[in-house]
Amino acid sequence: MASSLRELRQRRKSVSTTKKITRAMELIAASRIVKAQQAARAAAPYTRELDHAMTALAFANDEIDHPLLRHVPNPKRSALLVITSDRGLAGAYSSNAIKAGEQLRAKLMAEGQEVDLYVTGQKGVGYYDFRNIPIVQSWTGFSDAPTFERAREIGRALSTSFLKPTEEGGVDQVHTVGTRFVSMVTQLPLPRRLLPVEVVDSDDMPLEDSEAPADQSAPIYSFEPDPHTVLDALFPMFVSNRVFFALQMSAASELASRQRAMKSATDNAQTLIEQLTRQANQARQAEITQEITEIVGGASALAESAGNE
Amino acid sequence: MARDPLHVEVVAADRQVWSGEAINVIARTVDGDIGILPGHEPVMAVLTPCAVEVVTSDGRSETIAVDGGFISVAHGRVSILSPVATLGHEVGLEEAHKEAAALSTKAYQGQADDKELHRLRILKAQIRAGEAAANQVVG
Repeated sequence: MASSLRELRQRRKSVSTTKKITRAMELIAASRIVKAQQAARAAAPYTRELDHAMTALAFANDEIDHPLLRHVPNPKRSALLVITSDRGLAGAYSSNAIKAGEQLRAKLMAEGQEVDLYVTGQKGVGYYDFRNIPIVQSWTGFSDAPTFERAREIGRALSTSFLKPTEEGGVDQVHTVGTRFVSMVTQLPLPRRLLPVEVVDSDDMPLEDSEAPADQSAPIYSFEPDPHTVLDALFPMFVSNRVFFALQMSAASELASRQRAMKSATDNAQTLIEQLTRQANQARQAEITQEITEIVGGASALAESAGNE
Repeated sequence: MARDPLHVEVVAADRQVWSGEAINVIARTVDGDIGILPGHEPVMAVLTPCAVEVVTSDGRSETIAVDGGFISVAHGRVSILSPVATLGHEVGLEEAHKEAAALSTKAYQGQADDKELHRLRILKAQIRAGEAAANQVVG
């Protein structure tokens, strides 16, 4: 009996240590979400202006022929960027993103395309490595706080592959699978086609400021030196911006997932602690009762033997 | 002829660097310098790494180093987009000078690659912006 009491107390102690850890992780994630959201908000004007410029360019010249806008009728090869987290303990965050990525990959392959995988985040890398699925390029170490430099790197890799002719191993389409931050409790995996660009799609860009002039019709720009060069300059900016945007959304989602996972872990630990405390108390009480019974029994035995004398 | 001042926004990839009212914006495009005054026709131009000068409505001037990108003007709104933009007073002049000196020696000897040359141009723009900001504080 005494040993079981000690065991119960030991378990309770270890669970409460775990609880402290998960609680700390929850708080850290919660504070970082705010930062991630601020970063996303700070980057919004750039996205807005870039979209504005893209639309202006696309509508200014219908006849413009630029790889950015060129649709290949029968795409042979696609690049797929899957955004996952570096660390676990974020609930189903990474596995949801990977699942969505795999679905898209299967769909593309069913269409007869080859798929080049690009992965960010240790979890995704681990997943594909374990299954011996080749990854073209991967980036790790920044999943919860992406910088624009990283996005630029990824964007460069993707656009280089996109601009290469198909015969030389270039891709015809670029897809990304990130996670969309809908709210603190809802994050959805979000597969999107990055390239070639679908021009009329700015309605689903979140964080769109209401101050954008809606009443003005699109102005007729004159381009310097010419539309094609402007588009050339815009192209890498656009790609890295979209990648950056996806990374930021995914980072916020990762943190929110982690916060939620850690909150439920903390709650579970709390329930367990309560349960163990109750059991320990019962065990202790049982021990005391037993001791009393023993003493009383012993005393009455003594009294009996004394009476018999 | 008094026109409404321009509304200028300088936006980098990860933040809005500067915004405000201005009466003149000077930037360097791939074709040469361009000056934007209120009432300018809509234009969209590609920038080279340079120091953009913005003369605000109260006559002060703000210099911002940009790393390429482009400028778009329409309906009295000027947006300057660049992956990286630095305000003049944010520039660490000493370090910029040091790095620029090292790089220009290298470039002079013909050993610098494209990336370093590009970096040198950004640094020069930053130095210009930084010095302009420093002069303004003194003056």
